[in-house]
Formats: sequence, C-alpha cells, structure tokens
Amino acid sequence: MDIHTENGRVNYLKRFFSMREFGVLIALIILCVLLAIASPYFLKVTNLFNVLRQLSLITILAVGQCLIIILGRLDLSIGTVMCLMGVIAAQLSLLGMPAIVILVVVLLCGMGMGAVNGVLVTKFGVNAFIVTLGTQYIARSLALLITGGMPTKFSNGLNMLGSGYVGPVPISVIVMAGVIAVGAVITKKTLIGRNIFIVGSNEKAAKLSGIRSSRLVFFSFVFMGFLCGIAGIILAGTLKSADPTSGLGYELEAIAAVIIGGTSLTGGRGTILGVVIGAALMGVLKNGFVLLGITAYWQTFVLGAVIIAAVLIDSLKNRNDA
Amino acid sequence: MTHEDLIVNENIVLRMESVHKKFPGVKALDEIDFDLREGEIHALVGENGAGKSTLMNILSGVYPYDSGKMILYEKEVSFRDAHEALENGISMIHQELALAPLVSVAENIFIGRLEKSKFGFVNLKRVSAECKALLEKFDIYDIDPNEEVGRLSVSQMQLIEIVKAISRNNKILIMDEPTAALSQVETNKLLERICRMRDEGYSIVYISHRLDEIMKVADRVTVLRDGKLIKTEQINNITVHEIVSLMVGRLFEETFSRESVSTEEAVLEAREIGSCKIHDVTFELKRGEVLGVTGLVGSGRSELLETLFGKYPIEHGDLRVRGEKVKITSPNDAITVGIGLVPEGRKIQGLYLIRTVKENISSVRLQKSNFFVNETGEKESVLDMIARLNVKTPSIDQEVNYLSGGNQQKTIIARWLLNNPDILLLDEPTHGVDVGAKQEIYQIIDTLAREGVSIILVSSELPEILMVCDRVIVMHDYTINCILPKEDLTQEIIMQHASNLEGGASSLS
Repeated sequence: MDIHTENGRVNYLKRFFSMREFGVLIALIILCVLLAIASPYFLKVTNLFNVLRQLSLITILAVGQCLIIILGRLDLSIGTVMCLMGVIAAQLSLLGMPAIVILVVVLLCGMGMGAVNGVLVTKFGVNAFIVTLGTQYIARSLALLITGGMPTKFSNGLNMLGSGYVGPVPISVIVMAGVIAVGAVITKKTLIGRNIFIVGSNEKAAKLSGIRSSRLVFFSFVFMGFLCGIAGIILAGTLKSADPTSGLGYELEAIAAVIIGGTSLTGGRGTILGVVIGAALMGVLKNGFVLLGITAYWQTFVLGAVIIAAVLIDSLKNRNDA
Repeated sequence: MTHEDLIVNENIVLRMESVHKKFPGVKALDEIDFDLREGEIHALVGENGAGKSTLMNILSGVYPYDSGKMILYEKEVSFRDAHEALENGISMIHQELALAPLVSVAENIFIGRLEKSKFGFVNLKRVSAECKALLEKFDIYDIDPNEEVGRLSVSQMQLIEIVKAISRNNKILIMDEPTAALSQVETNKLLERICRMRDEGYSIVYISHRLDEIMKVADRVTVLRDGKLIKTEQINNITVHEIVSLMVGRLFEETFSRESVSTEEAVLEAREIGSCKIHDVTFELKRGEVLGVTGLVGSGRSELLETLFGKYPIEHGDLRVRGEKVKITSPNDAITVGIGLVPEGRKIQGLYLIRTVKENISSVRLQKSNFFVNETGEKESVLDMIARLNVKTPSIDQEVNYLSGGNQQKTIIARWLLNNPDILLLDEPTHGVDVGAKQEIYQIIDTLAREGVSIILVSSELPEILMVCDRVIVMHDYTINCILPKEDLTQEIIMQHASNLEGGASSLS
C-alpha cells in the first residue's frame, strides 16, 4: 500500500491511480465515449446541460448525505423532506409572499426538519436509520395534509431556480455547482470537515480527543435539511408545481451516488469528488437509455448492477489490503 | 523449574518444513522449519512484524502457505480454512477475545456445534450441564454456565476461550498472548493451568511478549525475525538476554533505568475525589514526577485515569491543577487544563485507523484552530513531532493502520505532545508493543519528565512500573490502597498490597 516513492511525480501519479474514485471515473469516461459513438446527440451542449440539470437534485442531496454517511449515519428522510419543502414553497407563493421571504422560510423549515432528526439522533441516541425513517413518514403525511393530496401551483419568481437558464446553463446546475463547492470546502479545508472524518472513523477515540461528536452529527443533519430546502424549491420550480407525492426514492438514489463514489457506509472515508462522479455516472447512464431508446425498465436493472459492482470492487480491494 | 524430565515422549505431532509465504507488500515467511512435540509448550517470540501471526495463521488454517510442507500426525496437510484446522485437531485461542457477549457461557463454549433434537431445537439445560462438568474439569467453580459472557471479567473470558478451545478435544493449542489482559496473580494461575495441560499431553504453541512467562513455562523457544526462523532452543540452554538479542538482531541493553527528576511543586492534587467508577481517591502529582498506578484487573486503574480525564465526571471531592480548583466533567475540561490521555486499547479508543498519520497526530491540537485548518502549519508541526518521537512511517499521509504497534502508540503520544500537556496520563502504553519500541517509550517518558511534564503511568507489568516510576499507587476495589515510594520496592510488596494482603484470594474479582 505504500504509494510514496522517492520520485515526487510517480508519487502523485500512483496516488491518483490508487484513489478510490479512480475506477468509477474510468467507468464514467468509458460510458461517455461509448455514448458519444453510439449517439451523435450525446455530446450536444443542450443534451449535456440537460443531463446536468437532471442530476442536479440528486447531487445536491448526495453532498449532504455524504457528510452524514462519513459520520457513520444515514438519512432516509431527505427525498420526502425535499418534497415537503417544495409544497411549503408553493403554499407560500399562493399567499403572494415575495421570493426572498419564501426562500428564507423554506430554508429555515428544512433546517428545522434536519434539527429534529439531529436532536433525536444525538440527544436521545436513537439510531439514525430509524429516526429518519420515522420523519420520512411524518414529512410525507404533512405534505399530503397541507395540500389535501393535490398538486399546488408554484407561481413565484423563485421557480427560476428550477426552470430558469443563464445563457445555455440551467440555474439549477449553477446551484448544484455551488453546493458541490461548499461541500468540498467543508470536507477538505475546515475543522468541521476534519472532525467529521475523525468521528466517522472512531467516535470513541474522537471523544477522548475532545471532539464533541454530537455537535457534528447535529450540524450534518441541519446542513442536510438546508440542502433539502434548496432541492425542494428546485423540484417544485422545474414543474412550476409542487406534487405532495413526489420525491420518493430520492434518498436511496442519493445514497447510491455516495456509495458508487467510494464513500464507506461504515464511516470515516469518502470524498465530495467521489459523490460528484457517482451522481454523474448515474445521470449519464439514464441519459444513455433515453438516447438509445432502450426501455426504461432496463435502466434500474443496470443501476442496481452498477451499485453492486462499485461496492464489490471496493471490498475486493480491501481484502487485498488486509 | 525444569520440565526436561516431564517430556517422556518426544513424538512430533506437528511439523513445518521450509514453509514459505508471500504477501503483496508485507513481509513473508521465509523457509520456516518448525515442529511441535507431544506434551510440550513451544514458545514463539519475535518483534511485531517478525512473522509470528503469519506463522500461527498458517498453522490454524487462516492463510494457506505458498510452498513447503506441513505434516500433522505424520500426514501431510493443507487447510482450506480455520474450520478445517479445527476439525483436524488444532485449536487457536485468539488475542482478541472472540466470544459473543450477550450469549451464555455454555452456548459460547459449544457455539457452532450445539446438539440439536429431532425438531432442530437445542436442549439448553443439557448444554449447560455439560458445560458445568467441563468447567469443573478445569477447576473453575466460580463461573456459572448460564451467565452472559459480557458480564464476566476479562480474565474469566480468557479462561472461557481456553475451555472452548479444549472442549473440542483438540490436542494442539495455539495461544496468542493469553495473558495480555491479565494481572500478575491471574497470569500465574493461568500459567499453572497451562503447565498442567502440558503434563496431560496437550501440545501448545505459546506466543507472548512477556519473556519472563516464557522462561517459566516453555520447554522450547523459537525466535522469529523479519520472517525468518532465527533459532529454536531448549529453554534451559538460553537466557532472556540472549532471546532479546536474537529478536532484535543485536546485543540488547536489557533494562532501563532512570533517575527521578520530580520536584516539590504539586501539579495535580486530588482530595477524596469520586466518580461513578472510583471513590475516595486522594493523591498528589509533582511536576516532573512519573507516578505509577497498578493493581489487579478490575481494581480501577484505568477508571482512575478516565475519571481524571473527565470520561466519568467527577461527582465529589476536590481536584486542583497547579493549585487552582478545577471542575472536570468532560474530556474537553481536562484538555483545557492541560491533561492528556493515551488510553488503553489503542485500536479501540485511540487511533483513527483508516485515517492518516497526520490526521491522527494533529487531531487534538487542531481543535484550537479557527474555522479553516492551517495546513502548512499542521504539516510542519506533525513532521517535527514524528522526528522527535522517531515514528517510523513512509509518509505522514500513510493510513495509521499500516504502522507497527509501537509506532501507532507513538502516534497517539505525539497527538498529546503537540498540545503541550502539563499532565500526561498513560494507560498501558507498552501493551502489545515490541521490545525496541518499549525502550523508546520509556525514553520518551523520561525526556518528558525532564521537560517538566508530570506523568501518571498505569501498567500491569510490575517490572515496568519499578523501572520507570518514582512512586507507585496501588489500587484495590476502585480506590487507592496505598502509595509506595520507589526505594526498596519489589514486585512482591506491590502484589501484597494489590491483593489487599489476602494473598491473591481476590484474583478473579
């Protein structure tokens, strides 16, 4: 496992190849090349931005999920909370509130939902899987209660976040890029990020180093809620309508993107770069099925296979290390 | 004591002939010839990474070997897995206890081969009775077969591990550091049992860092170094000194000695402090002093340190640091007043195994930084610390997982030194660390004391306590039994106080 040699350049090259994200990146590149050959439409700018727009929601959610998974937890509520946030945004728009108020209220609501998860997990020590399964049901119920089960029109200017463009670039893609940047800075440059990895790899030892692990877990859930708020507005904005039954399965797709990107489900390991590559692989795969006109029923089959393959490669690698 | 006369039978039960094993990137076993006779204790020694674990994993079927021969009862064998080795008469007793804590003693012993009735049900009453008989065969009367294993003491668990291994009627046992978690009294008891088993015809491969134990019980000793077999010798024909020299590959300064640099200034004063774990603890720690803490397993040694460090909040009593009254209710409080803890069980409580050496060392110091981490400053201070403590690692970006035990321990010590502690609490810092690294750790302790750091050292190894410490606290029943000055102190005196003058009657408490 020694990746360091006297020669600095070999060192970096070797390091690059031994990165956990490397295999997935190669898979992504190969897939893109194959698609570019198979379909002349794939490399068109409009299509590429379309792909990015479609994967923006998953990526935004996956960045937050990544932090939570590195901490050794899991958040199953995010798809539904995102939906609930879209519903709240649409309801506020019906009341004629200005965009900035809607934005602030929705983000605060998202953070509030995250805080509920965070408190239950840290203060009461309930397993995060169970807590967020519970809040998932509760959030769904709230969305249905608020709307009476019917989709609500989202007519505020804020819907630009989901449907607007700057030149050829969808605004949702710009937002996604911002979230990725924030995630990358948090994990790479800040004390919070350092502590997240440390707590994720050994919580007992972290406590004995004077790190307050529960604060970090709480923070990560609140940050996740914040991202759900952003994603909710984008989701409702895309269709200019909030459907209280939407958002199902997004939490699992976000987890899939995180895992494909090489983040360890047991915590302590993972990168935002990996998340981006994982989400991109999933997005390109979906686009390929559309372009090649293959039935969507095969899409989930292949996605499942990719997830298993990614984890399999990882565990084989680990076995060799041992 | 000699065992020469006890070996009536020189039948070889297990033999390895030029066994070879290669790992990608890891030291191999190189042409190993090893044999085990009927009714003998064959000790296996070597520094960490010398190949002991590889050899024993091959013997017990965990790894296959690349080339060579393994002959068991005159038959050439090659195990596919540990199960096959078990079936062929080789039982392994692991260092990490592999018991299921929430399950009864009886079920643990018979795990994997519980007899089932016609309908597939297990008759737990019968299992429990069988277990009782088995325990009594080994003179164990104080363990209830129906007790949950998680409620037993570590030493009792170790006994259960051994009983479990023997219960299969396997005559070949491989023991990996069976006394690592035991106190002196418990160790002696266990060693007696092991000797008795040898006399009953069991063949035992005995792996230990504790050479004094090996001198006491082994018939032969094999020294490994860098994957090679250096020497196999009758124990009567070799001294501890010679063994150590063979292990490290050079002549070795056997003992360590240091002079007290303790001052009169009290850095830490505890007056009748208590937590949920310990009670009525009163002592003083001077600047530059190395204060030893020892006692039997379950006497509250680790708990004393953990209380001082705030893992168990101090509920009553008076604690002063540098003369000022302090309230310590969390590790953070302790760190703030300049206390550091190198905890027991470095892999469980100390290391971030899958993170880098750099992250492991900087983790405490970093908490003082602002929102953003100053990476250049961090790198410099970590490199500086690595040089100071002689941590051997290919780079600071190496996962700490891949370091040897001694270097891992130094990594944790470095973590605290970076924070400039006034008081350093060390809990079994030389556990599972090879001889060379041990000496280095003693040296670090001495240097720190000279620099004015006060140290509390918990250790179950009395020679270590006697070599390194200025005064010794002996714990009993979660409080201080007595504090002994270094002058004229012997292991016997400490043991008497540790067992509270009852002559070791409470060894399994």
